Amino acid sequence: MIALDINGHTHQVYADPETPLLWVIREWLGMTGTKFGCGIAQCGACSVHIDGQVMRSCSVQVGSLDKAKILTIEGLSPDGLSHPVQKAWLQHEVPQCGYCQSGQIMAAAALLAANPKPSDADIDEAMSNICRCGTYNRIRTAIHTVSSGAV
Amino acid sequence: MKLNRRHFIVSAGAGAFTLGWKLPHALAQGVAAQGVAAQGVAAQGVAVPAEIGIWAVVHPDDTVMVRIARSEMGQGTMTGLAQLVADEMDADWVHVRAEYVAPEVNLARKRAWGDMSTGGSRGIRASVEYVRQGGAAARAMLIQAAAAKWGVPASECTTAASVVTHTPSKRTLRYGELAEAASKLPVPSNVAVKNPADWKIIGKGVKRLDTVDKLNGRQIYAIDVQLPDMLNATIAQSPVFGGKLVSFDAKAIAAMPGVRHVLAVGDNAVAVVADKFYQAKTAMAKLPIVWDEAGNGEVTSAMIAKALAEGLDAKEAGVGLKQGDVAVAFAAAAKKIEAVYSAPFLNHATLEPMNCTAMVTVDPARGDRVEIWVPSQNGEASLAAAAEAGGVKLSDVKVNKLSLGGGFGRRGQQDYTRQAVLVAKQVPGRPIKLIWTREEDMQHGYYRPITQCKLTGSMDAAGNVTGIHMRISGQSILAYLNPAAIKDGIDPVQFQSMNPAEFGYMAVPNLLVDHAMRNTHVPVGFWRGVNTNQNTIYMECFIDEMAAAAGKDPLEFRRAMMGKNPKHLAILNAVAEKAGWDKPLAPGVYRGLCQNYGYGSYVAAVAEVTVSPKGELKILRIVAGTDPGYVVNPDQVDAQVDGSFAFGLGALLYSEITLDKGRVVEGNFDSYQVARMSDMPRVETIHRPSGGFWGGVGEPTIAVAAPAVLNAIFAATGKRIRSLPIKDQDLRKA
Repeated sequence: MIALDINGHTHQVYADPETPLLWVIREWLGMTGTKFGCGIAQCGACSVHIDGQVMRSCSVQVGSLDKAKILTIEGLSPDGLSHPVQKAWLQHEVPQCGYCQSGQIMAAAALLAANPKPSDADIDEAMSNICRCGTYNRIRTAIHTVSSGAV
Repeated sequence: MKLNRRHFIVSAGAGAFTLGWKLPHALAQGVAAQGVAAQGVAAQGVAVPAEIGIWAVVHPDDTVMVRIARSEMGQGTMTGLAQLVADEMDADWVHVRAEYVAPEVNLARKRAWGDMSTGGSRGIRASVEYVRQGGAAARAMLIQAAAAKWGVPASECTTAASVVTHTPSKRTLRYGELAEAASKLPVPSNVAVKNPADWKIIGKGVKRLDTVDKLNGRQIYAIDVQLPDMLNATIAQSPVFGGKLVSFDAKAIAAMPGVRHVLAVGDNAVAVVADKFYQAKTAMAKLPIVWDEAGNGEVTSAMIAKALAEGLDAKEAGVGLKQGDVAVAFAAAAKKIEAVYSAPFLNHATLEPMNCTAMVTVDPARGDRVEIWVPSQNGEASLAAAAEAGGVKLSDVKVNKLSLGGGFGRRGQQDYTRQAVLVAKQVPGRPIKLIWTREEDMQHGYYRPITQCKLTGSMDAAGNVTGIHMRISGQSILAYLNPAAIKDGIDPVQFQSMNPAEFGYMAVPNLLVDHAMRNTHVPVGFWRGVNTNQNTIYMECFIDEMAAAAGKDPLEFRRAMMGKNPKHLAILNAVAEKAGWDKPLAPGVYRGLCQNYGYGSYVAAVAEVTVSPKGELKILRIVAGTDPGYVVNPDQVDAQVDGSFAFGLGALLYSEITLDKGRVVEGNFDSYQVARMSDMPRVETIHRPSGGFWGGVGEPTIAVAAPAVLNAIFAATGKRIRSLPIKDQDLRKA
């Protein structure tokens, strides 16, 4: 049994320690906001925060997360709308299909926590998540909106 | 199945998954997005929502629920269609929500809501007449109900913002107060719709109805469905297209964690069913499978390229556009040039992999039933596929249309739906969620067809174009998906944008566009923008080559050929003006332009790029223009155009599906690269709706993304890139 601290709650999980965190979140715990896109840390749809760092949960084994604090999209804000990144995303209507947006939002929240005034080059580097609908320009605008305090 | 309209709607309010009307999250989130408190139907006591015609349900609290038959996959169609209905109703947009029509209900009611397929940028333009009529009919019924209540002529009543006013007495009634009485009136037919000048909601950049749940993980995509007793499955299909399943050794994985069943799926695939998808996927990787490669196991990309190259000069070809005689023009040419282009197979690579959940209920007394939960671009095609795979009547299938994590044409095909039902049939009574791995998704697509293209052009001594011959050689989509639609060896889809009705250079006296069909064993399908993409790259880059050969400015050169196509010319001029085509650029910055017509819309683009001495390309700026006739939601048109450049430029820069040993080489996003943030230029959109027609916006501008950039690369380097993707090609100055 593995104890996981997710969004401030402790979950006891009976899973092989090698199981990727993504699947424990989605299938063992039934939290489906974190998405499966590739399984090899390429697309970022499964991005979560582990001890404040953005990580691709498809490639993190649960056995390594004994004392870690894990944050998923469901725990980003109490009402699901009040984190500045969520507010900016709504203001600019970033999502199209929306499937990648949990990961995009988690990546943007981590970027802004570490670097409150990211340059375009910083955004290019940090926001490597794939969006097939192509919402990149609105993501960039929304991040700049957060950093300018205009949310 | 006979349905009582009123009862039906009332029941639907009680249980989202019981009777076909889903009350999607759009209901709650639309309310939240507008900052208005949601009021449940139940809280209203005896009052119930009422169906006013078939397109709108009005609740006692004035909520107007607009019904949507098409699929929302990010393109904003749900919001746009709701705008069309709401405007004709004179509804208060703040209280407008949207809900899906269930495919089985559409079927049971003789397709009252029309075609449900969502592709070809038709979501709005093919529905626009009847949904506006539906909204106008609902408005007429609400007026009639108010007039009857007051005992006044309907002609003395006006409507605005969900209120009917009796003008002489200034009495008012809200739509919510009138709904029940209005719902009992006959639905008028052929009600006049508004003149565009009277639109209040159409043409406004209102907020989407479906954004909020996409910000916090609450939006339920098909892959997120969780049902009691559900098992999870994954599939392995014959890696060689056309191959068959010979055998598999279930015992080898039987003891692995969570594994329940190992099952043949049709004659070409095997599924592992487990408690969790992760367990099924892990076990599948260890499953010994023997395939029959059906003689296709030696095919390589090089072999396909060779077969296509032969088609470039083949005698026989289907003709899509013929005007004058190119042979005569070529014989008399002062200057003649020729170029060969090629574009690879491409995969849709929707970020949500293919998946479907199915449950088969065995019932010897009344007949078996099938229920599916599916991400589909065509709910009725999903229904038909489920019925066929389940061996049940159409009326014994229930389809739950869930949100799509991208579609781009892939989810019009129903292979994954059939597979889920074939698996569920072998495990009756339990919902089975079938999820493809990314690798399975990459290697079993309906790919954008591979083509090569040879272009020959002639000019007179003054550099005027006298003839163009465009010979396409490559795979036909309809030959694969719908051979019955091939007439006289011609696939009309092949000539998208290059037929007399759509081509923008009809003033050129001698034109020939023809296609040597060269089919492969690789499945092909409709990839966002379909054949407009390759066709426009070939034609617009070649015209740029001719302009350079004539020593003329690419814009002026095109203008001279567009005398018979004023709408094409107008949008080209619009982007040129916005981009400042006649003004100098910063040192080191170069530009290219192009235009096209597709999916009912006129589009054009200017790209600005830099290419470093080391050959590194940076796309700085795109100016993209669209004339779609009318714009329903300018903010969503912006979003579609912006996104279309990510789709088109990713393909230009990186994406390529190749074949070796009869199977796809690429497996995931490491080998099949797509556009990312760092690739995206600034995209400036301009809309020039000229009225009188309805064009699409999801696809048209993809076609102009690549040629604008390729022409800019030539301006920067003097190099013509004629084989896509650019990927590792040397862009250093020639």
